[in-house]
Amino acid sequence: MKIMKPQRDVGIVGYGAYVPRYRLRGTEISRMWEGEQGSTPPIKEKAVPGLDEDVATMSLEAARNALKRAAIDPSRIRAVWVGSESHPYAVKPTSTIVAEAIGAVPHTLAADWQFACKAGTEAMQAALGFVGSGMADYALALGMDTAQGRPRDALEYTAGAGGAAFLVGPAEESLAVLEGSTSYVTDTADFWRRQHEHYPAHAGRFTGEPGYFRHVLAAASEIMAALGRKPADYAHVIFHQPNTKFPRKAGRELGFSSEQLVAGLLVDDIGNTYAGAAMIGLTSVFDVAQPGERVLMVSFGSGAGSDAFDLRVTDAITARRGRALSTRDYIVRRHELDYATYARHREKIRME
Amino acid sequence: MEIARHWRLQRHRYALVGEVCNHCGVKIFPARDVCPECNAPAKTPYTFSGKGEVYSYSTVHHPPEGFEHFAPYVVALVRLAEGPLVAAQLTDVEGEKIEIGMPVEMVTRKLRDDGSRGTIVYGYKFRPVIASGTSADVKDASV
Amino acid sequence: MRDVSIIGIGETPVGEHWEKSLKELAGDAIQAAIKDAQIERVDVLYVGNMCSGTLNGQEHLGALISDWVGLRGVEAVKIEAACGSGAAALRLGYVAVAGELADFVVVAGVEKMTDRPSEQVTAALAMASDADFEAQNGLSFVALNALLMRRYMHEFGVCHRDFAPFAINAHKNAVNNPYALFPHAVTAEDFSAAKMIADPVNLLDSSPVCDGAAAVVLCPTEIARQFAARPVRIRASSAATDTIALHDRRDLLGLEGAALSAAKAYSQAKVTPKDIDLFELHDAFTIMSVLSLEACGFAERGRGVRLGAQGDIAIGGKIPITTMGGLKARGHPVGATGIYQVIEVALQLREQAGANQVRDARLGMAQNIGGSGATVVTTILEAVE
Repeated sequence: MKIMKPQRDVGIVGYGAYVPRYRLRGTEISRMWEGEQGSTPPIKEKAVPGLDEDVATMSLEAARNALKRAAIDPSRIRAVWVGSESHPYAVKPTSTIVAEAIGAVPHTLAADWQFACKAGTEAMQAALGFVGSGMADYALALGMDTAQGRPRDALEYTAGAGGAAFLVGPAEESLAVLEGSTSYVTDTADFWRRQHEHYPAHAGRFTGEPGYFRHVLAAASEIMAALGRKPADYAHVIFHQPNTKFPRKAGRELGFSSEQLVAGLLVDDIGNTYAGAAMIGLTSVFDVAQPGERVLMVSFGSGAGSDAFDLRVTDAITARRGRALSTRDYIVRRHELDYATYARHREKIRME
Repeated sequence: MEIARHWRLQRHRYALVGEVCNHCGVKIFPARDVCPECNAPAKTPYTFSGKGEVYSYSTVHHPPEGFEHFAPYVVALVRLAEGPLVAAQLTDVEGEKIEIGMPVEMVTRKLRDDGSRGTIVYGYKFRPVIASGTSADVKDASV
Repeated sequence: MRDVSIIGIGETPVGEHWEKSLKELAGDAIQAAIKDAQIERVDVLYVGNMCSGTLNGQEHLGALISDWVGLRGVEAVKIEAACGSGAAALRLGYVAVAGELADFVVVAGVEKMTDRPSEQVTAALAMASDADFEAQNGLSFVALNALLMRRYMHEFGVCHRDFAPFAINAHKNAVNNPYALFPHAVTAEDFSAAKMIADPVNLLDSSPVCDGAAAVVLCPTEIARQFAARPVRIRASSAATDTIALHDRRDLLGLEGAALSAAKAYSQAKVTPKDIDLFELHDAFTIMSVLSLEACGFAERGRGVRLGAQGDIAIGGKIPITTMGGLKARGHPVGATGIYQVIEVALQLREQAGANQVRDARLGMAQNIGGSGATVVTTILEAVE
């Protein structure tokens, strides 16, 4: 398998996270459906968007944070690509709203990407190739979701809200340089949502081995093999995190220690942010990473596929990370909701 | 639904773009093309920092049509760091004690949502300034 | 320029007129005013109204109402200046008679608000503000007044309960007004316990949504005596504006439009605030009463609220206000309010105010405000000996 790497060296020149302020504790969901003596929820709590938030507003804040760190003229951005499974419109781009608001219009591409939880990293791959080809100097890739879980479904405990933006640019300006990437995709229907449906459906345990593990493990193994790396070469590794178990198990099977996972494992605090999950893990790693450290990020999107990225942190990170709010700044900002208020926030109460 | 009207206002609403008077230097929001201080033409766009403080505030319990979805919500006059007052909603304030003088920052949020067949209008609101911890320290403490 | 007097007045009770339409209400008031004036000819009809387009699906009120009331053929037009529509129409009537363009002018104000649910009324009233930068940000009209009130309380260190005397005074005076919507007294305890509308503005700070119509007949003062035993002379009529949006005001609490409008009126009448025997002010909210009193020179900045506690605003006080209940308790059918105010001043000057008569009232002032202070029409009226 040949590693993917553009001829022009590229990397990430700016990054930004966003997590909404509201939280729903797992025990509040289990109280609702299992009573006070319910089983232990899969995660501690998940982030819930405000009444006036959606993927467009959340993407915009993450994009603004990425721009603050990169400190470039936004009119030089040649693509704004937003990956999500919860775009506010079925037809009409989220990306034009973001592009307009940050001042990237009109000389830019803008499109919304859809590939379940891998939509954001798919946009990243494209942005890396786009800048790598020389067609553009800067491209903005986002993964952001306000994921919905059907009430009482297992996914209701984890379907969170949040995500991240990465401004891709030339390697010499980057705070993390791309060493290479891979993608591993098959047609595997482990999770889906049909047009006009409010909630997604899933294939239960089928989403585990044939879905998540098959793709994540393959993408991770192949990128390490292609670049001649071993787990110990990475200071940090980030996996897509639909719950706390899957990424830890993937890490163990590949030979990573829990210390390598910890900086990028946020699911216990904010839930599974779908297209944002692996990417906001990466912003969290960038918040603490040191120059010279290597980082491996592996996403997973149902349907199904994984993108893996091998990144090397540069000296530029030190000056840039303080220019915008950190991932943790958003995570510690929290206002707890009860289930009824959550139901209102997520439009589970029928008003008309 | 007034698509064209909201489209015309996008530039002002999405990013708090007003004007600056090249004659006397006053920063103007919303744009009015004529300087309120010296009456000189003022058409140079100026993007405000979005930083400001609460000048006055109220909670709307009885919303006008089109805003029922968000009620109750907090509205305010915000004194922008560059000078002008702006009327806007405060957001992310449930459980917060709001006070005159409280520092706030601009965010772009849904102003109104005209339902499953309509469009969504986005614009500026203000929220309490989020405390920025030194990320490394906070992270280390939590590990 | 000719001197102008009011020779006829007519009003409907303010209320929820489920049985009557907008044109029927206007017709009742106009017919009553014409009957009171005993005129046989009308040259012009001006109709003050704010919300007929949005709440009644009807514009073109000049033609509609002139025909309905039996004035087919006369010049007739609707005047709109938000809640200041009534007095703005009166001012045009004054201009027409003073300018010798007409001899007999009927000025009516009418509003029919109760046919619509409250969210739609709230949205319609918000049209008095800046649509793009106030209303579209979710600021209701009450909210704008709440922003003024909060700031006032902050700057001058006063509490919400300090505004109670304004509501109490208005309700007390409404008891003796057969046309009032709320002819019942309220207490300080009622005021503190009232339902919150937009913090700190509660229900008893606010004037109510209601229906009503009022009309006056104007003619040159030189012939007024032929029609009325006690004509009421318009000693001054002035209008001024301020920025439509609160956030554009140079001085948020200064109510500069009201100050300007009052100064022009005092100048025209050659009087000072001390000469005014009663003041029908625009108490759409208690904060508006306070700001108006200050802007019109009855109190220093930041001290208007004290006039309430000191009893100065009561009948028999230094400057009686809302003598027939004001917007708060007589009611605020928005486009009609300016005419109700003028009629109430006229009743005082004609010594027909009954139990609420201000003794020896010679000079009365009415001030009608559109929006949060953006259009201000001031009228000074004088009893003709």
